[in-house]
Amino acid sequence: MSWEFVLKWLPKLLQGATLTLELVAVAVVLGLILAIPMGIARASRSPYVRALPYAYIFFFRGTPLLVQLFLVYYGLAQFDAVTQSAFWPYLREPFFCAALTMTLHTTAYIAEILRGAIQAVPPGEIEAARALGMSKGKALLYIILPRAARIGLPAYSNEVILMLKASALASTVTLLDITGMARTINARTYMPEQTFFIAGLIYLVMSFVLVQGFKLLERYLRVDASQGR
Amino acid sequence: MNFDLQGFGPALAAGVLMTIQLALSALCLGLVLGLLGALAKTSPNRALQWIGGTYSTLVRGIPELLWVLLIYFGTVSSMRAIGHVFGIPNLSLSAFAAGVIALGLCFGAYATEVFRGAMLSIPKGHREAGLALGMSRSRIFIKLVMPQMWRIALPGLGNLFMILMKDTALVSVIGLEEVMRHAQIAVTTTKQPFTFYMVAAFMYLGMTALSMIGLAWLERRASVGFTRSAS
Repeated sequence: MSWEFVLKWLPKLLQGATLTLELVAVAVVLGLILAIPMGIARASRSPYVRALPYAYIFFFRGTPLLVQLFLVYYGLAQFDAVTQSAFWPYLREPFFCAALTMTLHTTAYIAEILRGAIQAVPPGEIEAARALGMSKGKALLYIILPRAARIGLPAYSNEVILMLKASALASTVTLLDITGMARTINARTYMPEQTFFIAGLIYLVMSFVLVQGFKLLERYLRVDASQGR
Repeated sequence: MNFDLQGFGPALAAGVLMTIQLALSALCLGLVLGLLGALAKTSPNRALQWIGGTYSTLVRGIPELLWVLLIYFGTVSSMRAIGHVFGIPNLSLSAFAAGVIALGLCFGAYATEVFRGAMLSIPKGHREAGLALGMSRSRIFIKLVMPQMWRIALPGLGNLFMILMKDTALVSVIGLEEVMRHAQIAVTTTKQPFTFYMVAAFMYLGMTALSMIGLAWLERRASVGFTRSAS
């Protein structure tokens, strides 16, 4: 590998990395916010409350992200009602579509993680909260959710890494993220080995940093210490 | 909105067949790689441990799409060199072969961890019993460890297979004519993207649902004799 090549194209790839980071950040933060009510509904005892999030999760987990992305970016344009609506200026933008699809996609996965975490909260702790006179809402807010957050955190960090890798699909809707940039550079220079190798290294570094960040967060939240039964 | 497939039904069905072939081929490669990776990672040999560890970390840290592109475009010159040696001009990987290698590689990296976990969960006494009976190390692995590992590894492998099934859509990017590619072709002529991508989505949903049923059956079969003692 020649250093000249690296020096020439690395800035472009790093520029792509900022777009990748933006996409992932939007998706995992908004996804978490949307997933909290959905996860709570999914863990509900009533089958009617459970049904809607179940259907949503089944669809988004059962189909490839690529299909979902194409449905939003190319598919919605089929309807005049969409192209004439006030949302069209946004839905025409590839960045908006990619961020929207990734958010909807990851919401389904995070909701499922949250459901697992909520159900893993020891029932004795919930009973104790209720016995102390906490209302259902209060027990949810002060006991169940903080507990579930710590139980679900390792799985959430996995999901963030998966989203980092899934963001590579943004390159299929013309976005110049790391992979999109690498494909452009490859088309121009025809040096696929070097280009995709450097792009891969950038992803590796990013996921390494994310993993270390989540380790720090786990230590800060004392995830290990709070798992004792 | 009408769900008229305008004569593209057979093409999409052929795409489903291709997707299934791709997924099963990648599964075979991935299972072999996963087993080798797990053996390397659990072996007492330092160099092998390093190889296994590097394989699973490296492959899991890089997006599947990038692996597909890297293997399809990145092997062109080396394949040509190999072809030159054997006197085959213009030797290159087909989109199918590149897809199988890329997806198999990714499946194998995750399967390495699943298999390793399963191997470690088998009581040490079983191996020692094998040794005491005078079995060789490879025989212990094949006759004692593998049959028990299967049951423990199955749920994890099932999850990985679901992921693999959906990742096959990525191979459409290098032009393999599976479900997604056929949907794209249909869209260019009919100008009905939503209809055809939705049909593709339901085809994937159908495949996922079917493999869920298949996996539940396999898991029931594998845990015969364990379900009762567990409760």
